[in-house]
Order: sequence, then C-alpha cells, then structure tokens
Amino acid sequence: MRRFDYHRAETLEQASRLLTELGDDTFVFNGGTDLLVEIRERLRRVRNVVDIKQIPGLSDITYDETRGLTFGALVTVGRLENLSLVRQRYPNLRSALASLGSIQVRNRATVVGNICRASPSADTIPPLVADGAFVHIYSRTDMRVVPIAEFFTGAGKTVLAKGEIVTGITVPPAADNIGKAYLKHGRRKAMELSTVGVAVSLAMEEGVCSDIRIALGAVGATVLRAPQAEAMLRGTRLDAAAVRNAADKAMEECTPISNVRASADYRRDMVGVLTGRAIKQALETFA
Amino acid sequence: MKRMVDFTVNGEAREMAVDGCRSLLDALRDDVGLTGTKKGCDVGDCGACTVLVDGEPVNACLMLAVEAEGRAVETIEGLQPDVDRLHPLQDAFMRHGASQCGFCTPGILMMAKKLLDDNPRPTDEEIRFGLSGNICRCTGYTKIFDAIKSAAREMEAARP
Repeated sequence: MRRFDYHRAETLEQASRLLTELGDDTFVFNGGTDLLVEIRERLRRVRNVVDIKQIPGLSDITYDETRGLTFGALVTVGRLENLSLVRQRYPNLRSALASLGSIQVRNRATVVGNICRASPSADTIPPLVADGAFVHIYSRTDMRVVPIAEFFTGAGKTVLAKGEIVTGITVPPAADNIGKAYLKHGRRKAMELSTVGVAVSLAMEEGVCSDIRIALGAVGATVLRAPQAEAMLRGTRLDAAAVRNAADKAMEECTPISNVRASADYRRDMVGVLTGRAIKQALETFA
Repeated sequence: MKRMVDFTVNGEAREMAVDGCRSLLDALRDDVGLTGTKKGCDVGDCGACTVLVDGEPVNACLMLAVEAEGRAVETIEGLQPDVDRLHPLQDAFMRHGASQCGFCTPGILMMAKKLLDDNPRPTDEEIRFGLSGNICRCTGYTKIFDAIKSAAREMEAARP
C-alpha cells in the first residue's frame, strides 16, 4: 500500500485544524471503504488521513416528529439499514442502504462518507435528495446547514471548504401521507454500482399529489432533480397517463454519459422506466 | 510513526506496534502470524479477508490495524471450538466438498458463522444475500450453500 500518515483527532476542532494545516493531500478518514481503495488503486494522492471516529457525539441517531431523522457522521450504513424506524418511515433510504456494497462494506461505510465522496452513482444520495435532507457542516468559526441538493458542485465535488467537516444529516419527518421508493438498476442484485438510480418521495392529499420530488442518480455529474417532471405531476391524481408523460420529461431532464457500465441512451431509457415504476411503488405505500 | 495497538484476537490479548497505514489484514497475517485470513483483492471486493470485529463481519483489508484498538477480532483460526473438534460449518464444508482451492473458504466460513448466529434457519435467498460479499471462483457456490444449510440443520438439532 502507498504509505500515508495516520492522525487521530479527539475533537472536531482538532480534526479541522489538522485538515487545514497538514496540506492538500489530507483527507478525513471515516469508514475508509472508499478512501483506502482509492489509495491502493492510486486514484487519489494521500499523504495524511485524519481519523474522526474517536470524536464524541458523532454516533447518535435521533428521531422526532417535528425535526425528523438525524444521524451523525460515524453512523454506518449497516446500522441505519437495520433500524425498524428507517424500514418503516424511510423505505427509499432503506432500499439504497441495503443495496450499497456488501454486508462487510456496510458495516464500515458511513452515509456521510458516501455523500462526501459525491460520486454521481452513490446510492444514498437520491433518496436523501428526494426527501429534502439537510447536511450539518462544522467549521472552526461556525456551523452551517446546507440542503443536500446544494451540497454537490460536480462529480466528486462538494461545497465543503478546507477544514470543514460534515457532522451529520437530518432527513425531514415522514408523515403518513408520504410515499417513497428508490429503485436501483444494475447488472446484478448485490455488490453492484448503480447504472441508474431513481428515488421518489411524494405526498398525497385526498387522492391528489400535493408534492413530489424525483431524484435521478448516475445520469449527471451530480444527482439531479427532475423539476419539470415534478411540476407536471403536482395537482394530478398520478394516473397512468400523467406518470408516463412525466417519466418522458424526466428522460429529457437528465444528462447521462456513456461509460463502462452503460451507454447514455440506455441510461436515459432506464430513467423513463424507473421513474414510472418508482412512482407506482411509492403509491403502493398507501394501498 | 508506529502506534501501539492493544486488542484481542480469538479471545487472546495482543499488543503490537504498527504503522498507521498498515491494514488489519497485513497486521494479522504478518505481525500476529495468523495467515488463515487471506488476501484476495485487497480492495474490499472479494471477501476473502472477512473477519469479525466486535462480532460484525468486515473486510480486514479495508480496516487499519490501529483501528483495532480495544476491539475483539475473530479470525478463522478461532472458529474451531477445540483442537480435536471442528465447527459444524467446517465439518459440513469438508463433507460437501464446498472448498476447492480454498482461498475464499476462511472468509466464507466467518461470514456463514455470522449468518447462522443471527439467523439459524436462513432461506436460500438469505444465504445468497448473506454471502454476496464473498467471491468463490471454483465451486459455483452450490456446494457452499448446501454445506451451510446442512450445518444449520445440525446446529439446530444440537441445540438443547
């Protein structure tokens, strides 16, 4: 393995200081399931890692009906995946969590790490975007809270400035009138990176869609919303024709590329198919 | 810079001095001397290095040795309950021919142990998903699944 220096931070302040002072090739070390791979495969030049796992207060999971679900930076994918609350209230997030890597990887990987890596195909991002989650960011001068849709600035890029550390994520409460789904399309059912991922979160009032968010993964530099498709669906009863037209619109709104996993055309087609299916599945929550 | 790490391996207290960038896998194999845990891909894809850390399966290649501080690590060397008795999974793997070249076997056994500890009567689908992070290039998996099902039945029958 390429050599690097390991630093263990005891506080956020110390971690932030180390990240600032140790130079450009310094990275937060959390679950490590992506960073260690990037180091070994020489995809990222790393001189220093700052382990944040001994910092107190970053492992909590809380839920209340007004604020929603909040979990800290150290909460692993596996821990969230196995919570009955997540199963019941956040089935879209739960589906993404359960499809990420292997059980071994999920026992180490964190959701915060998954979003900070900012991969266009990251599984946990589409449901968090569809649910309108917020990202809590620490810096030595203040704390800020950023809507997750504004957190990403490009493939692998985020709004995080040097020395800033994500401490946790809050996902708004899930009321009984909200239906959710995440559909991941890949070549197989496990240990797979997403070829296309579609998350939907929708609210129904007396049979009419009062709000809907559609988040598209792996079809753009960042996870995308489909605002025009969403607008076409608000105020409708989400009947088959409306859903079909909106799914067609989502195909126009995405910006896929061709790579080793699929062609751009195929990805665009799958956006159409999966958007329709995800809405149908989200509606079945109310059945 | 080396750091001291205190942890237990298969119930035995260990202390070692390791570089911060050393993986738990390399430390187990080269510093502790337990070479039963295999290095396949070294990037978390193959599962050959699966060990249990505080009871949870992880890829030892994706964990740093310094992170084992204060933790309990279980490896394939600790699976056998005593010197002249195999774990039911090991026994079933032998009888069913579930191991060919054997390189994936330690990781699969550790994963299967965790699977059966949590879920003594897994369905075929649960076994498949449970082992989805462990790759075998020899067996085609059928004999592995047969062995796990057979061990599950025996472990169930042996329970008081």
